[in-house]
Amino acid sequence: MKILVCITHVPDTTSKIQFTADNTKFDSTGVQYIIGPYDDYALARAVELRDQASGKLTVLNVGEADSDPTLRKALAIGADDAIRVNSAPKDSYFVAQQIAHYAKEGGYDLILMGRESIDFNGGMVHGMVGELLGIPSFSPVMKLDVDGSSVKMAREIEGGKEMLEATLPLIAGCQEPIAEWKIPNMRGIMSARTKPLTVVEPVSQDTQAEASKYELPPAKGAVKLVDKDNVAELVRLLKNEAKVL
Amino acid sequence: MSILVYIEQAEGKVKKTSLEAVSFANALAAQTGEGDVVAVALGTISKEELAAVGKAGASKVLHGADSKLDAGVIQAHASAVAQAFGQVEAKTLVLAKSSLGDAVAARLAIKLKAGLVSNVVDLPKTDGGYIVKRSIYTGKAFAETTVTTENKILAIKKNAIDLKLDGTDAQVEEFAVSLNESDFASKITSTERATGDVLLPEADIVVSGGRGLKGPENWGMVEEMAKILGAATACSKPVSDLGWRPHHEHVGQTGIKVAPTLYIAIGISGAIQHLAGVNSSKCIVVINKDPDAPFFKAADYGIVGDAFEIVPKLNEAFKAEL
Repeated sequence: MKILVCITHVPDTTSKIQFTADNTKFDSTGVQYIIGPYDDYALARAVELRDQASGKLTVLNVGEADSDPTLRKALAIGADDAIRVNSAPKDSYFVAQQIAHYAKEGGYDLILMGRESIDFNGGMVHGMVGELLGIPSFSPVMKLDVDGSSVKMAREIEGGKEMLEATLPLIAGCQEPIAEWKIPNMRGIMSARTKPLTVVEPVSQDTQAEASKYELPPAKGAVKLVDKDNVAELVRLLKNEAKVL
Repeated sequence: MSILVYIEQAEGKVKKTSLEAVSFANALAAQTGEGDVVAVALGTISKEELAAVGKAGASKVLHGADSKLDAGVIQAHASAVAQAFGQVEAKTLVLAKSSLGDAVAARLAIKLKAGLVSNVVDLPKTDGGYIVKRSIYTGKAFAETTVTTENKILAIKKNAIDLKLDGTDAQVEEFAVSLNESDFASKITSTERATGDVLLPEADIVVSGGRGLKGPENWGMVEEMAKILGAATACSKPVSDLGWRPHHEHVGQTGIKVAPTLYIAIGISGAIQHLAGVNSSKCIVVINKDPDAPFFKAADYGIVGDAFEIVPKLNEAFKAEL
């Protein structure tokens, strides 16, 4: 089984979000970049599936050279090789076209990624790739088992989950608890240095909905504390001041 | 020409978030002159329930009543909505963000060659260009997105617009969906859903508990508060990791993102990853015994003290007032 895992290179979840250049650029000063947490779940499950089926696992990122350490980390976690499509990820459609092209070229049976990136939160790329390739897409997938070419999945829905059956090839946007995150060990880190990382050029420059300007939410006012022996006061405030009851 | 809205149902009722999407489309149509608002509903649902969608601003509801569409098979729903889009000669599709809506919208973006913006928080600016404001960085910032395609899809976030229900009943029209085998390449074999409860992603009030509650046996008072307020219950990541509560209640960076009117956090310290899931709430109340808990900085109201002492008293106070 050939598995492709698409990962994002995103600011750590604890990063302070700020913008520069008149609010047109993300300020990466002091920001630590990581594999998107949802992509990390997808990668962890892919490593398990690859080991079960003695298949091959390729990891792909659409990004500039600063993504390379993130791809190396994915190789250390267990991917066999890596592809970087050499361009900033301009919008979901742009990214989906690159993935669809290289996924088709590589003839993958299973394509996994996170349910969404944690920077733009669109959660749209897997569905777009599915439609571009004419294969089924599922998200958010919290359980995925492969037996031959048949796949059983659980997909989260509002207030619960649905169980699904489908056949390969397919694409899934993943989330916990599909697998436990894997932390690279020393052997993985050493071997990652020599695993192939191929840089390829984007196949299309088309975009549909690019972000042009950013803003931060208005600063929150100070909390209004209510005495613990006067909880009725809180109820009054919620009703009469905040008007939320 | 019309604006098309994809509406979803849960247990035979049109979802409130879908009605918000209709209200949003109605305001958008008034702004851009794109004609009226037509909704498309799929699967078994009563005519009366669909006619009532008119109150939110739809003039017509296309009903693809094929019972094969009762289950939310992603590809089949995407095909059906694409057909409706063509039938009403729409240029814009509006829908509410949801587990099914997101999955369907992404496929439609390709089918309809439409620029897709998700997590939309406001009506687009359409005077010269088409600029849509969306929430990014898990609610920690906003981006203005320029859509360059003729067809457009807007997946709106909860509370992007106030729901208005001042319209009259819509005309409900049968809509024959042509589906083929490949639309049903996957099969939903079963569904597990907490029934009768308020669904967390759609709740107006959310009562959430953290590790400060010490164990799953202590959730009774949280559930009682939720019952009094007609709220959904939620929890922090450690709580769902420990198996005290189911995963679909986990709110945060890697869990459900909620945007209720009122979020009440009990015994949750407020790690940045938790705040990412709740920072779109209109009003946040924090109850925590640690006065230095970071959550107080993100809260509108707070009580410093022992949850086991405060929550039962607060429940009594809610009961007395409501």
